[in-house]
Amino acid sequence: MKNPPFHYHRPATLDEALALLAEFGDDGKILAGGQSLLPVMALRLGPPAHVIDIGTLEELKSIEVSDTAVTIGAMVRHAEAEHSAEVAEYTPLVAAALPHVGHRAIRNRGTVVGSIAHADSAAEMPAVCLATSATMHLASAEGTRNVAAPDFFQGFFTTAIEPNEILTGVSFPAWGPTTSGTVVEVSRRHGDYAMCGVACALDVADNVINGAALAFFSVASTPVRIAEAENVLLGQAPSEATYQAAADVVTDTLEPEGDIHATAAYRLHLAGVLTRRGLAEAHDRIGVPA
Amino acid sequence: MSQPSVSAAPGETIAVNLQVNGTSHSLEVDPRRSLADVIREDVGLTGTHLGCEHGVCGACTVLADGEPSRACLMLAVQADGVEITTIEGLATDAGMHPVQQAMHDAMSFQCAFCSPGFLMSTVALLRDNPEPTEAEIREELSGNLCRCTGYQSIVDGVETAVQLMGGKSS
Repeated sequence: MKNPPFHYHRPATLDEALALLAEFGDDGKILAGGQSLLPVMALRLGPPAHVIDIGTLEELKSIEVSDTAVTIGAMVRHAEAEHSAEVAEYTPLVAAALPHVGHRAIRNRGTVVGSIAHADSAAEMPAVCLATSATMHLASAEGTRNVAAPDFFQGFFTTAIEPNEILTGVSFPAWGPTTSGTVVEVSRRHGDYAMCGVACALDVADNVINGAALAFFSVASTPVRIAEAENVLLGQAPSEATYQAAADVVTDTLEPEGDIHATAAYRLHLAGVLTRRGLAEAHDRIGVPA
Repeated sequence: MSQPSVSAAPGETIAVNLQVNGTSHSLEVDPRRSLADVIREDVGLTGTHLGCEHGVCGACTVLADGEPSRACLMLAVQADGVEITTIEGLATDAGMHPVQQAMHDAMSFQCAFCSPGFLMSTVALLRDNPEPTEAEIREELSGNLCRCTGYQSIVDGVETAVQLMGGKSS
């Protein structure tokens, strides 16, 4: 469980980091909080030849709020976002997800953006990106580009990030007072990866659902958003019957696989239960200050 | 404040200034070494225990700038300039830290391999939340594994510490 040897780089600027990535490509790996990368290295699962530590880059450490979005920089740790009043107010689904991420000590070091770049299909933040239609900001020595969440997550631990790119930040749309969301999941132990979970959001005005999002995690190789189930909710009044109708579509649509932690049938059952539970909780959170 | 860039090939070392329990240590460190290993082997403080060495068990938990962190999931070079507090930093000449005393009194320690991690997590928990509920205690300590006690005596110890430190019993 000792890290293998590697070439260590601590660039002083983002441009230097991008130049290093341009040079090393697939042989280079970005180290942010290290709570995903360092276990992988300790287990010697494909250790990188070059580790590029972006931990001291001040330009990546801010949470920026505009009229339309909350943008979280690549070196913002989970705990900082968890305690951010702006995150709680404008993107409450992110705030709801953060306490589920790892344990306290992990959240004190790990970064929100690192969790997204790692793209574990059992993790909360990628599902939150899908449910909120977040925008990923990528930079390379050649320039910058944005990628929408549905195009970003491509498979197990696989994203749209090119070998010469850094995920420098993620923008979550700023929500108004009629929208809120939550994350509900079932895991063996709090902080462990969920056997099934869902990030869900509801926009409700005058007792009518005007918007809905359901993004499941730990059910496939990427987080899965189910538009058919969301459509069932639109135009309806929030109620247990409405949520049940959506849950029925979810259980008809998802095809999770079983593993040592949970059978496929159990995961599917959880998806239905969590759909109802999550939607009710999301509705309860609308208009409630976090 | 931009720091100069640093680079080291495999086998080369980097100068690191570690602040451990208020004492400054200027060390030359191979970047692949964890903070936990450097605290134990170079600084010579072996109270920080290494269980799993990949972030699962929590035995190596230290405070980094006051916040509980896995010392096995930090490279020592990442801790340059960070204030580290280890288990050795809790007691004073006057006696044990109240959390140590309370958990000792409540028999929270069995084999005690996990205890340094539990103590550091608990010190931070009670600093931020002096009167936690039992559910909050269990939630906040969920990142620390104990294979002996079944956790009940540890939760009892934290509740004893709450009383000892002036908070109400939960």
